[in-house]
Amino acid sequence: MDATAFPALAPALPEIILAVGSLALVLIGAVMGDRSTQLINGLALALLAAAGVAVVVAPDAVTFGGSFVLDGFARFMKIVAFIGAYAALLLSFDYMERLKFARFEYAILVVLSTLGMALMISAHDLIALYLGLELQSLALYVIAAINRDDERSTEAGLKYFVLGALSSGMLLYGASLVYGYTGAVGFADIAEALKGGEASLGLIFGVVFLISGFAFKVSAVPFHMWTPDVYEGAPTPITAFFASATKVAGMAMFVRVIMEAFPSVTSEWRQVVVFVALASMALGSFAAIGQKNLKRLMAYSSIGHMGYALVGLAAGTPEGVRGVMIYLAIYVAMTLGAFACILSMRLKDGTYVESISDLAGLSRTKPAMAFVLAMILFSLAGIPPLAGFFAKFYVFYAAVNAGLYPLAVAGFVLSVVGAFYYLRIVKIIYFDEPTVAFEPMSFGGKAVLTIAGGFTLLYFVYPGPLTAAAGAAAQSLF
Amino acid sequence: MTGWPILSLLTFLPLVGVFFLLMIRGTDEASLRNVKHVALWTTVLNFVVSLVLWAKFDLAEPGFQFVEQAEWLGSSINYKLGVDGISAPFVVLTAFLMPFCILASWTSITHRVKEYMIAFLVLETLMIGVFSALDLVLFYLFFEAGLIPMFLIIGIWGGKRRVYASFKFFLYTLLGSLLMLVGILAMYGTAGTTDIVALLAYKFSPEMQTWLWLGFFASFAVKMPMWPVHTWLPDAHVEAPTAGSVILAGILLKMGGYGFLRFSLPMFPLASEYFAPFVFTLSVVAIVYTSLVALMQEDVKKLIAYSSVAHMGFVTMGIFALNEQGVQGAVFQMISHGVVSGALFLCVGVVYDRLHTREIKAFGGLVNRMPWYAAAFLVFTMANVGLPGTSGFVGEFLTLMGSFRANTWVALIATTGVILSAGYALWLYRRVVLGALEKPDLAGIPDLSRREIVLLAPLVVLTILFGVWPAPVIDFSAASIGGLLQQTTAAIESAGKAAALVGQ
Repeated sequence: MDATAFPALAPALPEIILAVGSLALVLIGAVMGDRSTQLINGLALALLAAAGVAVVVAPDAVTFGGSFVLDGFARFMKIVAFIGAYAALLLSFDYMERLKFARFEYAILVVLSTLGMALMISAHDLIALYLGLELQSLALYVIAAINRDDERSTEAGLKYFVLGALSSGMLLYGASLVYGYTGAVGFADIAEALKGGEASLGLIFGVVFLISGFAFKVSAVPFHMWTPDVYEGAPTPITAFFASATKVAGMAMFVRVIMEAFPSVTSEWRQVVVFVALASMALGSFAAIGQKNLKRLMAYSSIGHMGYALVGLAAGTPEGVRGVMIYLAIYVAMTLGAFACILSMRLKDGTYVESISDLAGLSRTKPAMAFVLAMILFSLAGIPPLAGFFAKFYVFYAAVNAGLYPLAVAGFVLSVVGAFYYLRIVKIIYFDEPTVAFEPMSFGGKAVLTIAGGFTLLYFVYPGPLTAAAGAAAQSLF
Repeated sequence: MTGWPILSLLTFLPLVGVFFLLMIRGTDEASLRNVKHVALWTTVLNFVVSLVLWAKFDLAEPGFQFVEQAEWLGSSINYKLGVDGISAPFVVLTAFLMPFCILASWTSITHRVKEYMIAFLVLETLMIGVFSALDLVLFYLFFEAGLIPMFLIIGIWGGKRRVYASFKFFLYTLLGSLLMLVGILAMYGTAGTTDIVALLAYKFSPEMQTWLWLGFFASFAVKMPMWPVHTWLPDAHVEAPTAGSVILAGILLKMGGYGFLRFSLPMFPLASEYFAPFVFTLSVVAIVYTSLVALMQEDVKKLIAYSSVAHMGFVTMGIFALNEQGVQGAVFQMISHGVVSGALFLCVGVVYDRLHTREIKAFGGLVNRMPWYAAAFLVFTMANVGLPGTSGFVGEFLTLMGSFRANTWVALIATTGVILSAGYALWLYRRVVLGALEKPDLAGIPDLSRREIVLLAPLVVLTILFGVWPAPVIDFSAASIGGLLQQTTAAIESAGKAAALVGQ
């Protein structure tokens, strides 16, 4: 490869659209001020849609001297992440308008962090990965604290920043160890250097630090502590963004690094991933039982779900990667649907409530929303025929096929514990008497809930395409 | 696939009814009546379709009939339906019992009627799906999805402790099912297919059979329910509305026995033989212990619930006797119990609607005011005891004969269960129906209304008909059971021969 040649830009078309577009939006915002908020919001949505189209049409290639790759896996994950970002934006506008902190910077920051995600997903060496990750994280720190007059929001932003910086440091430390012991930063080069030989202790240290950093980003146990506080404190639509798109990007980078750079030291990383998966499933199930706040509950639920997704990664096979991809796609739909419901819990006086008991008797006051929310909750619990069942089906299939029977059995038993707290919400919705009535949903909320709920409920009717797409995309990592 | 897809029609026709129910708006008298009629006629129509299935069923064919197949999940997981002589009776039974459930709820359900009917119709789809699925994943989907409507039925329209009962029901069954799911995943990984027909021909290694058998056992034993994992059943029965109890006892419990016959026996024959003594032990404990527990109950529904556990003990005992009488008896017992226990719960519902209590103490001397009711209740009580001439006798007799051939001691202990069942059932009848009418609030109690006669009369006829002429059910399943046992015993024998060869 000629280092001085100009790199092919076509594979990075979506990133280029997002980068150039967000700079243009900043200019518009700077010139027009807060008057431009609505315009910028609309343009940001258009940018994400354009980037989504670009992902589909851009050609597969490794470019930028081997540090950027667009393949089936990246394509799939980027589309899921963009959908997450798009829906989160749709959910935010009405909310911010009502709580009077709508600012033009918000949409731009979401676009920027989405750009960071796209770069993370496509990163093909450790340096590009770190750059993408930091671009994503810096934008997220600001977004978490965007409601700057709200104490909890600023606290969430600060907490997220301190802990996030720490974890980035760990990740960087791990990356430098890996570089030191293999002499390479490109994933393919690292895999090449590790081929055949025994893994050195320093390298294993590096891998463990890398995994720690990843575990923080996807909020897996034991690096999950920030999640409940940040989820609860951040404005709700932003929590939806954290719970959907950023999880996809974090998991994508986790999977790609492990599968592409360390396929020959499987036994070393597998035990770590198995532990992280088990611990996340257990904590996500047990700690959620006592929660009273819906957003906190969703935080623990997302910890648990990352544990389930990691079961697929622990298998370390094409089926496992396929399982992770399907899991994330379905998880994003369920999460967005759940947050659309949480965002519609608005009382007559304009305040938003978020405690579980406020949902009491929702089936009387709002039967349609109650039904969809109940189905999403059953789906999160993994009950067939809803989409969540298929998500679990594929990851556990991979685990069983890789011989990880104890992990599969433990995962299923823990999912029964998890089912308990989802059922508890269904019970409150359906069995209890109504206490408060909510105002009608915003347009964005309705749109997101309809699509996410429809997907969750009817996925089983025609599941073939998603499975096939994920299966084909997973092959690109092997 | 030839002709029209009768099984898909049977499975999804109730959903068409659900669609119509969703169209009906308003809560006034007229629309409520519409809701009930739509639900009733949907289930009746579905029963008629199931009769067509029965008429067209080829009794001599041991394999699967009416097979339909379509692409579904990809990678060899397909949408495949079909019935054989073991599953077809359950399909008909399900379609038969559903109109009774709707009728039983006609006046007793007063709030959220539309949602109630929707839940029942969805449940019917799922139950018929369980019995006609010929793909493991599809089977699991129907099997477990049934938890959702049943959870809501118990939780929304149940009694005082409905929340506790619904949670217990859901979580117990879910835990068992998930262990089966691990087994299903392992089978898919090993055999590369989830097609039940293909898996029936696939031979798993003996060690793997053991584990798979245990996984499936966890699920079916809870569903059945077998002692000691039966404790969810009395709670669920007591709290569920009448129709919910009928479905629970009539159909949902049968899924466990059906699962043993469809999966455990033919797919894991060696493990089934290996674990047969274990199942025998649990069965006789269930028969004797739950009969004793039933003696001490003060709630009518709870008593019948415990007697159901005892009767299911006969079923598991018969299945694992691994001979023709045992298995045939088990199938017959399940069908008969579906009718009889359903009818008993309907009888309890009749007096519950009048007095709003199920305490045995609150009744006594009903025969004086309700002679028709007393007569119907007597028939079902006798069938529950297993009196010759009722359908209950045939099943118990065959299972006892089958297990006598397999293990004399098991049959001996199980027979004492029959005596105990006479004890609790007759005592219940004596305390509720016979004696003098002393309670003041019973003085004005009316006898069966026309709706209730329509409800109970067909069940009385069927109970006696099957008792004196069991051929319809037995002929239905004979060919398939013959094929099943042939395959199972052949596998056990060939394994025995191989072991003998190694030993030489």
